[in-house]
Amino acid sequence: MQDKIHTSYKQLEQRSKYTNMFLRWFLYLVLILFALYFIFPLYVMIVTSLKTMEEIRQGTLLTWPSGLNFDSWAVAWGGRGYGAGDTFLKPYFWNSIKMVVPAVFFSTFIGAMTGYVLTKWRFKGDQWVFLFLLFGCFIPFQAILLPMARTLGVLGISNSVIGLVLVHTVYGIPFTTLFFRNYYISVPTELVKAARIDGAGFFKIFFKILLPISAPIIVVTVIWQFTQIWNDFLFGSTFSFGEAAPIQVALNNMVLSSTSVKEYNVDMASAIIAGVPTLIVYVLAGKYFIRGLTSGAVKG
Amino acid sequence: MKTLKIDELSKNFGTTEVLRKINLEIDEGNFLVLLGPSGCGKSTLLNIIAGLETINEGNVYIDDYNVSKVEPKDRNIAMVFQSYALYPSMNVRENMIFGLKQAKVSKEKIEEQLLKVSKFLQVDALLERKPSQLSGGQRQRVAIGRALVREPRIFLFDEPLSNLDAKLRVEMRREIKKLHQQLKTTVVYVTHDQTEAMSLGTNIAIMNHGVIQQNDTPENIYNKPSNTFVADFIGSPSMNLIKGNLKQSSNQISFVANGSNFEIPINGYDFKEKSNLENKEVYFGIRPEHIFSKKSNEGDFEINLRADLSEYIGHEQIMTFDYENQEVLAKFPSTIKIELSKNTKLYFDLTQISLFDAKTEERI
Repeated sequence: MQDKIHTSYKQLEQRSKYTNMFLRWFLYLVLILFALYFIFPLYVMIVTSLKTMEEIRQGTLLTWPSGLNFDSWAVAWGGRGYGAGDTFLKPYFWNSIKMVVPAVFFSTFIGAMTGYVLTKWRFKGDQWVFLFLLFGCFIPFQAILLPMARTLGVLGISNSVIGLVLVHTVYGIPFTTLFFRNYYISVPTELVKAARIDGAGFFKIFFKILLPISAPIIVVTVIWQFTQIWNDFLFGSTFSFGEAAPIQVALNNMVLSSTSVKEYNVDMASAIIAGVPTLIVYVLAGKYFIRGLTSGAVKG
Repeated sequence: MKTLKIDELSKNFGTTEVLRKINLEIDEGNFLVLLGPSGCGKSTLLNIIAGLETINEGNVYIDDYNVSKVEPKDRNIAMVFQSYALYPSMNVRENMIFGLKQAKVSKEKIEEQLLKVSKFLQVDALLERKPSQLSGGQRQRVAIGRALVREPRIFLFDEPLSNLDAKLRVEMRREIKKLHQQLKTTVVYVTHDQTEAMSLGTNIAIMNHGVIQQNDTPENIYNKPSNTFVADFIGSPSMNLIKGNLKQSSNQISFVANGSNFEIPINGYDFKEKSNLENKEVYFGIRPEHIFSKKSNEGDFEINLRADLSEYIGHEQIMTFDYENQEVLAKFPSTIKIELSKNTKLYFDLTQISLFDAKTEERI
């Protein structure tokens, strides 16, 4: 009797072992399929950008390129050098950098400041201010194009990088404020009280006490803002044209204004160039993001 | 000269009245505990003393100087918070000297103070650590150290021990007591823990609904609560309040519980007002620890009550008795055996009773 029970338990153990193994492999299979599915477009883009037009015409999408041929990358970045009508990304890439760096900086900084005030220096009606700011997150950008164009015109900064910096800063503030407010609300207000008794003022408390513990949320905000602003097409195409355009607008112009033949290799290279900075921000900042989250800086 | 004086102070948050006409005075070197249930306004009062909250009416004086509109940093106070409120990005050293640096104290003086205080609190080995690398007790010590280096006139403590576990809390309580004995600085200490209040305070102000119910020594708070709230709040389990009437015949005053047919004589009770006692509705207050199972004093009143419930808690047991449908709790050593559902002889120590007017709930 005792023996019989013993063996049946053994059998059950075996069986559950096999079931687990099967499920494990099934899980891997599904994951691998999904990974392939997601990586497929990137593969096509990279492979195509490395081919010559001849190869593209003859082979299929998946064919491996004959060699590492970066010609189309050079054309996408620096053009062919024949002057008028030659659109290439280099100047617009720098336009975008000039736009995205100050816009991310100012919107993040102002968002941190407003979040700090809304949580640690409460005033009468502050919840209304916050509500209106939240409202800003839900306004469709199309709705504000005309008033914003007028505003930029009055300020004399339409069709300029500065104009775009202003637009992106203003429209980033609701989001950045939301992020920082939600972060600072979990920081004990006693910290601010202690600092006030120690004799620190409004700015000193912000810069010395709160900002140093804000790394995780700064990273989140920077990733969010950088992606939004770098990838923006609507504001860029509406408020700028010609030389002041950011990279996404230039990319569009380049792809659409191609002459007789579609140069798929150059288009693919351009698209990758336009997408790489956000990727870099994710890879670099993502690491700090995790580090910031795990350091447990705020826990008193 | 009073170290701290609060005069007719009122505070509202919008339409909610948080503090009403508070009057308080503390002499140099005293340890005042503000005690009350949550939401009674004790923390608001402390924040007002610190200058972190504004005042609607009344004034706060420190050393006879009206500081009602003075910034927190200029009030010569220091505060220790419940969450310690150590600056997370700074190490212990930076935390402790932050205030002195803001006050532009000379480098030598800062070092001297830091050395003195960190040695005194035994945190001198932790100076380079971040708050996140400290244990709860160490954080508490550093928080106290940050307050100490400023050499304030008044220490403010806002429930400093409630984040610690039970064992550490008792330890830190003793340390705070020792600290006060050595430094003799004036302290205002907020807590909702009556044991903390009793053991630390030279004075306890019990608050409820924004009003000070009683401001007295721990002994008087325990023995002569000024109303039923204080009687009920202090003591664990709290004082039995038995409803009934007073009887007065010639020179003898006695108490008859509702529905009861015998009188408990009230002798030697220190009435505030000895007139109009006949038939007065009162609460007869007696603490569970003043009910005995054996006669210990000549004046003890013998009474027969039915035991309903027994709660064993190790060193003692809490018994619930029925007194004409009113519950009476008593505390006995756990060695005594009392049978449930049976009448038991009990002895009330009548020298320890309190009487309250049933309508006003004030001590009479």
